[in-house]
Amino acid sequence: MLAKRIIPCLDVTEGRVVKGIRYRDFRDAGDPVEQAAEYDRQGADELVFLDITASVDNRATMLDVVARTAEQVFIPLTVGGGIRTIDDIRQTLKAGADKVSIMTAGILNPDLINEGAERFGSQCIVVAIDAKRVPRPDRDDSHLGPAPDADIQWRVWTHGGTRPTEVDALEWAVEAEQRGAGELLVTSMDADGTKAGYDIELLRRISESVNIPVIASGGAGNVEHMYQALTDGKCDAVLAASIFHFKETTVGEIKKELASRGVPVRM
Amino acid sequence: MIALVDYGMGNLGSVDKALRHIGCRVQVSSEPAVLAEAGAIVLPGVGAFDDCMRHLHGHGLVEPLKQAIAAGKPFLGICLGLQVLFESSEEGGLAGLGVVKGRVVRFKHGLKVPQIGWNQITIERPAPHLEGIADGAWVYFVHSYYVVPKDESIIATTTEYGCRFASSIWRGNLFACQFHPEKSQAVGLKLLENFARFSGEL
Repeated sequence: MLAKRIIPCLDVTEGRVVKGIRYRDFRDAGDPVEQAAEYDRQGADELVFLDITASVDNRATMLDVVARTAEQVFIPLTVGGGIRTIDDIRQTLKAGADKVSIMTAGILNPDLINEGAERFGSQCIVVAIDAKRVPRPDRDDSHLGPAPDADIQWRVWTHGGTRPTEVDALEWAVEAEQRGAGELLVTSMDADGTKAGYDIELLRRISESVNIPVIASGGAGNVEHMYQALTDGKCDAVLAASIFHFKETTVGEIKKELASRGVPVRM
Repeated sequence: MIALVDYGMGNLGSVDKALRHIGCRVQVSSEPAVLAEAGAIVLPGVGAFDDCMRHLHGHGLVEPLKQAIAAGKPFLGICLGLQVLFESSEEGGLAGLGVVKGRVVRFKHGLKVPQIGWNQITIERPAPHLEGIADGAWVYFVHSYYVVPKDESIIATTTEYGCRFASSIWRGNLFACQFHPEKSQAVGLKLLENFARFSGEL
């Protein structure tokens, strides 16, 4: 039986891991290569490196981190942040990444998804969707639980969650699949960094709309949240950063707990 | 020396890194002469069946690979490197290498395709490549198609994903797997190490 995956995410800038709250207030959280190796020992199923600055200077540093990690960690590595061109994809894969995560460039130039999938295979094209609920004054969304009505909407944001677009997140998910995305990495900007739980309704609606794996991101504070994303949210994998970086729990502990609740995980 | 066949597709880096990590001497090459010289051959692969065959033809590698396998040179096929050993695939119109009788078919069930992630192998035959690897071990898969060998007795492991399919085959010096040992952590490294030992390369 296919296992549900637990994926630690390392937000990297200038060769260091950092973690912010709602895309701000970054705190230093260590050396990426060391941390990748540690997560591998704990039983992480994959790793994601997110280049949060994504400047040209930072790219070389990032590729070096990827190359050094790939020398010693033999699980799938995904790199995201600032992937804009076919050449960016090629270089990142060449450095040792197995997949690239495309976000802003996918919205600005959707053909990049098609071209990337054609040249390198869908398996290495992850489309990342940063989604934010469209506020409605008549409704309290603060709990992020199941929506009381069906007309709830999410818009896609770009540029590391700083710029809103008019793109509907569910429609974009379907289009990304059609264009050749192999997986979707869905982040709720409302929930990210809060550790109050994923936006389960967003995850469930996207999972039900596509036939490719969906990775839940943004908001994990404990194993219960992950359990919800993998069951009610119908996701194939969960991604988390804070709860691992500050050693609140380990991948192994989370897997043990999920397994005891009947979720198939790789032990 | 292990020849890692570079036919211009996919990411050879991780297979190369994994083989070096366990102490192998590796030469990444698309030269038939290097294949002839090598003590063992690894054929990796991601991408589409027809593209792969076209590239193998383009590099003049089809006959050298067939000959090496027929001569009993230790061979490891990974993912698409397993599938192209077969006669044909539902994914494409070109003929495969045909060194294994059978075909490659697409998953037809309600589950998500491609299968992406970790799944378990059931050991059907104790191939030397699987020594020290537990029945039920987890390995990493990324694929939409799987192989159906005419001769079921060559199936080394099976895996359940909507149906039970052949996740690796073994016939003499030929071993090929649908999963990615280079991405399957300790289990995968063990398989590569077994292959290298079996080939006299470690």
